[in-house]
Amino acid sequence: MHENMSSHTKKNLFSEKIDDWLIGFKDGADFLLLFFKETLSGNFEFKEFVNQCYRIGNSSLLLISLTGFVTGFVFTKQSRPSLESFGATSWLPSLVTIAIIRALAPLVTSLICAGKVGSSIGAELGSMKVTEQVDAMEVSAVNPIKFLVVTRVLATTITIPILSFYCGLMAMTGVFLNVTTNEDTSFPAFLEQAFNSIVYLDLWTAVIKSVAYGFTIGIVGCYKGYNATNGTLGVGKAANASVVMSMFLIFIEEVFIVQVTNWFR
Amino acid sequence: MNKAIEIEHLYKAFGDRKVLIDANLDVYESENMVVLGRSGTGKSVLIKIIAGLLPADKGNVKVLGQEVTELDKKAMNELRLKIGFSFQNSALYDSMTVRENLEFPLVRNVRNMSRGEINKAVNKVLDSVGLLKSIDQMPAELSGGQKKRIGIARTLIMNPKIMLYDEPTAGLDPITCMEINQLINEVKENYKTSSIIITHDLTCAKETGDRVAVLFDGNFKFQGTFDEVFTNPDPRIKNFYDYNFIENQKK
Repeated sequence: MHENMSSHTKKNLFSEKIDDWLIGFKDGADFLLLFFKETLSGNFEFKEFVNQCYRIGNSSLLLISLTGFVTGFVFTKQSRPSLESFGATSWLPSLVTIAIIRALAPLVTSLICAGKVGSSIGAELGSMKVTEQVDAMEVSAVNPIKFLVVTRVLATTITIPILSFYCGLMAMTGVFLNVTTNEDTSFPAFLEQAFNSIVYLDLWTAVIKSVAYGFTIGIVGCYKGYNATNGTLGVGKAANASVVMSMFLIFIEEVFIVQVTNWFR
Repeated sequence: MNKAIEIEHLYKAFGDRKVLIDANLDVYESENMVVLGRSGTGKSVLIKIIAGLLPADKGNVKVLGQEVTELDKKAMNELRLKIGFSFQNSALYDSMTVRENLEFPLVRNVRNMSRGEINKAVNKVLDSVGLLKSIDQMPAELSGGQKKRIGIARTLIMNPKIMLYDEPTAGLDPITCMEINQLINEVKENYKTSSIIITHDLTCAKETGDRVAVLFDGNFKFQGTFDEVFTNPDPRIKNFYDYNFIENQKK
C-alpha cells in the first residue's frame, strides 16, 4: 500500500517566514537540479528552442538597439566635460569603451531582457500552469520541463549574450557619432583609441556575465511561472516576481563576477 | 467482465482538508462510469490521481492492471499513452493551431511517423469530432463547445483505452451539452474506451453513464445505474436530484 506524508499538519522549524524562505530556497534548488537533469537526458526539443531564440531576439531587438545607442551617446556626452577640464578628451573613446564592454552592455541588455523576456516567460508559463496546459502535456506523456523549461532557459542563455554583443555595437556607434562630431576623429583612429585599453579578459568577462545573466533570467522566469497558483492573480504575481528576482540576482552576480575577475587583473 | 480501473481505500488530503476518505470504485471495460458530487468534493482530484498528476496519500489505484501509486516516471508515461484526459477548460495549447495541438502528443510519442501518416491521423480524429474545418484555427478563435471537442480529439489521437472527462459539459449551453454527451457515447462505441466522467450535471450523467457513483463525505456511498441511485430514499440523494435535475429542467 502506498503512503506518503504530504498531508501532515504543518509545524514550523523556525518562524513561519524563515521556514517559507527555506522551503522556497529548497524548491528553487530542486528546480535547478531538475533543469540540469532534463537538459542532460537527451530528446532535446530543437524546434521549440529555435522558436524561443527567435522570439527572445526579435522581441528585444528594437529596444536594445535604441537603449544601446542612447547609452553610448549620452555616456560619452556626459563624460566629456570632466575629461576636458584635464585636457584629456583623447581618452574619451577608451574610457567609454571600457565601461561599455566591462559593464554597460551586459548589464543594460540583461536588465531590459529581465523586464521584457523574464516577465513574458513568467506570465506565459504561469498562464499555462493555471489553465492546466502543463498538466495536459504531462498526461500526454510529454515532459513539460523538457519542452517548456529547458528550451526557454537555453534560449535566454544563448540569445542574451548575442544581444549583449549587439547592444555593445550599438553603444559604440553612439560613442563614435558623438566623438566624431565633436573631435572630428576618423573611424580607424577612433577604433584604435577605443580598443587600445581592452584586453581579452574584458571580453571574456562580458561573455561570462551575459551567459550568467541570460541563464538567470530564463531559470527565474520558468521557476516563477511553473509554480504559479491562484488563477490570473498568480500569473500576474509570477510575471512580476520573475522581473524583481532576476534583477536582484543579476546585481548580485555583477558584484560577484567583478570581484572575481579583478583578482586576475 | 474485466476491471479497467480499480480504486481501493483511497485517501487524499490537502493539509487538514480531507478530500477522499476510503474511496472505493471499480470501472469495467467498455463502461462509462459517471462520478457525481457537489463542487469541492474531490471528483477532479480522483481522476488526477488516476492519471498520476497527483499522488495518493494512501490506498491502491489500479489502471489496466498496473498499480499507479507504485509506477516510476517512465512506466507512468507508458501507461499515460493509454489514458485520455479531457480537461474542464479543454487546456488547449494557446500558442499552437488546432493541427499543432493534435500533432503534439503524436509526434513526441510515436516515432518514425511520416508527415502523411500524421496528417491522416489528425484529419481522422478531427472528423470524428466534426471539426475538420477548424484545423488551422487558433484555440482563441474557437467556441467553448469546439474547444471541448478539440480537447477530446487531442486525447483520441493516441487511441486511449481509458478516457477521463473532467466536467465535460460545464459552462456550455444545453444544445452543446447534448452534442458533447453524444460525442462521449460515440467515443465509447468507436474507440471501445472505459471512461470516468466527472460531472454535477445530472442530464449528462443520465445520457452518458452506464453506472453512476455519488461522492459524499470523501467516499462513494451510492453506486449503481442512474435509476438505482436516484430512487434511493437517502435525503442527500434526493436533495442532489432536486437541486440539480429538476431546477435544471425548469431552466
